[in-house]
Amino acid sequence: MYIIIQSVITGILLGGLYAVIGVGMSLVFGIMRLTNIAHGDLMILASYFTMLFAMEIVGNVFLALLITIVLMLILSFLIQTFLVNRVIDKGPEPSLLVMFGVSIIIRNALILIFGANNRTIPNPLSTTNILNSPNISISGGYLVNFIVGVAVVLVLMFIIQKTYFGMSIRATASNRMGAELLGVNTKRIFAYTLCLAVATASIAGLLIGQTFVFYPSTGPQYLITAFGVVVIGGMGSLGGTLVGGILLGLVQLLSAHFFGTGWQTIAGYVFMLVILTIRPQGIFAKARR
Amino acid sequence: MSDTGSILKIDNLNVHYGDFQALYDVSMEIKKGRVTSIIGSNGSGKTTLLNTVMGINKPTSGSITLNDKDISGMRTSKIVADGVTMSPEGSSIFEDMTIKENLLMGAYLPHARKRKTELVEKAFSLFPDLREKSGQLASLLSGGQRQMLSIAKAIVTDPQVIICDEISLGLAPVIIKDIYKKIKEINAAGMTVLLVEQEVKRSLKHSDYSYIMVKGRVVMEGVSGELPEEEVSSAYFGINKYA
Ligand SMILES: Nc1ncnc2c1ncn2[C@@H]1O[C@H](COP(=O)(O)OP(=O)(O)OP(=O)(O)O)[C@@H](O)[C@H]1O
Ligand SMILES: [Mg+2]
Repeated sequence: MYIIIQSVITGILLGGLYAVIGVGMSLVFGIMRLTNIAHGDLMILASYFTMLFAMEIVGNVFLALLITIVLMLILSFLIQTFLVNRVIDKGPEPSLLVMFGVSIIIRNALILIFGANNRTIPNPLSTTNILNSPNISISGGYLVNFIVGVAVVLVLMFIIQKTYFGMSIRATASNRMGAELLGVNTKRIFAYTLCLAVATASIAGLLIGQTFVFYPSTGPQYLITAFGVVVIGGMGSLGGTLVGGILLGLVQLLSAHFFGTGWQTIAGYVFMLVILTIRPQGIFAKARR
Repeated sequence: MSDTGSILKIDNLNVHYGDFQALYDVSMEIKKGRVTSIIGSNGSGKTTLLNTVMGINKPTSGSITLNDKDISGMRTSKIVADGVTMSPEGSSIFEDMTIKENLLMGAYLPHARKRKTELVEKAFSLFPDLREKSGQLASLLSGGQRQMLSIAKAIVTDPQVIICDEISLGLAPVIIKDIYKKIKEINAAGMTVLLVEQEVKRSLKHSDYSYIMVKGRVVMEGVSGELPEEEVSSAYFGINKYA
């Protein structure tokens, strides 16, 4: 019994991390109709950046994250301005291919610079248990991941739903020409959207790096996690990513409990496929006309 | 009607879609403070012309000047910032946003943002139906209300020139009459209006000056009150017979 409760708790906490892994992808899909296939590699790139700054240069994780976010924003603005904006009017496929190219470049650049070895970002909390009873324990690292994940999604929802800037992002997503005819430079809005997504990816990169080992080719693994979260929660629904993340975490941990750890990953995919079959738009998104 | 300077000038405009030429040497002069209408049957190039003015289509040759500034080929949002906007053919409203949010978006540009409460209020007083539904999603509006919202949010940008493409398309006569009444009010408040209409009689009645387009060319123009309806109709239908 306690073991199930333990799985549920860990699943939910893991879900918070999954939410922040998926939320940037959901945003880019919802606003730009772009499947950002480089999302996973961007997160891992951020893991390397924070590792580098935290361990070698500034010695402080928060400062390292700030510097990483700034660098990642500059990078995403360049990607958007010089690559994606040139093809975004030509339908979804060219932008998909561009992001595929970006993904390959990031991965290979990481191998060149850092080598193929496993890395990790030291985290004092990961070995500290917040709750430590004989039956149930709560890892400090997981709890922090969860809190940060939920906070990131809520802040993003606030920006999109409650600010004028967020409203112009929603308007652009809803009717691009309609927005342009009110004086909105929609390509710039797209660039800002990618920046927001990449900022969340940077935070996800730090959390991933502190929780798991990573190496240059881990990106696609987290891309698939992001896919799962977005498919389950609903493409483009930010609140849905929280639910999607938590459900995915629960399914993984419970299947590991009932069927053995070997089932953890595959059960997540099966769940994603089941959702795709019975509710293709995801649990929270409205069906598109 | 006292101010007779021209605000928007279209000069020998040619526009192509691939190999197909949609506009042939189109020239127009839109007078400041007037209502100008473009009449033409389906496929005569009206939307192509308006979209080219708004930077949605790029011209092959010719020029478009707004207050003596060449705006041809400029980005749409820039043209809007220079003082022209359009309620386009088909929908331009933000379906999954509320009516109020749709209108607030009209105040996106800095000069309008500073006065957004006032401008939205002005739009609401012009279209009281919209005020009633202020908090509702735009997707729930009727066809006529959508048209009103489309015009209303264009007005919130506080433009010098407002362009309306086919405001009467698919609407009941009472609603069309109502919308034209609003256009008159908008114009009386000092805004220059350029509109597209398919019905000759209605167009002549509600405008100061008219251009008649057939197959990508301007074939007739004149002060609306002085253009004989029969002649306009025969120009309109006459060539249509051979189409
Ligand atoms: N995107 C496009 N690609 C190719 N041809 C086009 C395109 N848009 C319009 N055309 C052609 O250009 C011509 C003019 O079309 P346009 O839409 O400007 O006419 P219109 O006067 O607005 O007609 P309507 O009254 O039906 O709206 C038509 O022959 C049309 O088929
Ligand atoms: Mg048309």
